Amino acid sequence: MRIKILVRLKGQILEPQGKVIEQSLNSLGFTEFSNIRQGKLIELDLPDNISKEEKEQKIDSACKKLLVNDIIEEYEVLG
Amino acid sequence: MSFKSAVITFPGSNCDRDALCYLKDLTKGEVHNIWHEETSLPKVDLVILPGGFSFGDYLRSGAMASKSKIIDEVVKHANDNRYLLGICNGFQILTEIGLLEGALIRNKKLKFLGKNCFIKKKFKNNFNLSIKDNQILQIPVAHNEGNFYCDTETLNLLKNNEQIAFEYCKGEFSNTEENINGSIEAIAGITNKKKNVLGMMPHPERAYSDFHQSQDGRFIIESLIS
Repeated sequence: MRIKILVRLKGQILEPQGKVIEQSLNSLGFTEFSNIRQGKLIELDLPDNISKEEKEQKIDSACKKLLVNDIIEEYEVLG
Repeated sequence: MSFKSAVITFPGSNCDRDALCYLKDLTKGEVHNIWHEETSLPKVDLVILPGGFSFGDYLRSGAMASKSKIIDEVVKHANDNRYLLGICNGFQILTEIGLLEGALIRNKKLKFLGKNCFIKKKFKNNFNLSIKDNQILQIPVAHNEGNFYCDTETLNLLKNNEQIAFEYCKGEFSNTEENINGSIEAIAGITNKKKNVLGMMPHPERAYSDFHQSQDGRFIIESLIS
């Protein structure tokens, strides 16, 4: 099964890339776009026969150990 | 007894040679260069985690390097109350290991900063002993993620425990900004609670020799040796 993990900077942390993207989009005429923040998506495969609990436990552990720095980032498993 | 030291090299480190010369020239003692896949570390007084782009800065700066095989030994070295200095990418690695508080995020103005900067000491520790209060040091920076961040609670802890070693300040050039990268309280370097581990964004190993623009980086090693 394909797993998608969305990692983003916590809300209170300055995300300067999003600000620049916003300026660029605004200057292209997308003036309704605001509060843009850029994150990252990590995709990976896990075996299909793995239980729901084990899946959650493994993803959680991988995020805590390497994929996410919880001082500045938060994550969400999509779908 | 002569001062012994070591520099760890990761794939993508690019200041390891500078750090080795810095240690060799200033300590006059034994200096080891250790590859990140090693599982043992000689008993030395100081270990440097050098600057660069370890593992291409993939995922987050310092994230992969913080999981290298040698890191268990580096942590033991620090727990033994011996000195550990992380410079630039080394500072990022130390925060990723968890030996230092906070994190280094993108510079506020999104620019890679490669220039001289000015710092002064905030609280006294063994790394900055020979630097006078209010003495301004000129030391180069070269980083994209040097913007120090921590939450308010951690910041209060850093202050109460006097863990802030260096802060950016205005230098002799009128156009230099006080806080070059947007760091909280212009923090340029912090120590752990025991003050034997220092992480700093500026590069003292690029400011010690006669052919460098400044020799202010010498003070760090001189402080440790004294």
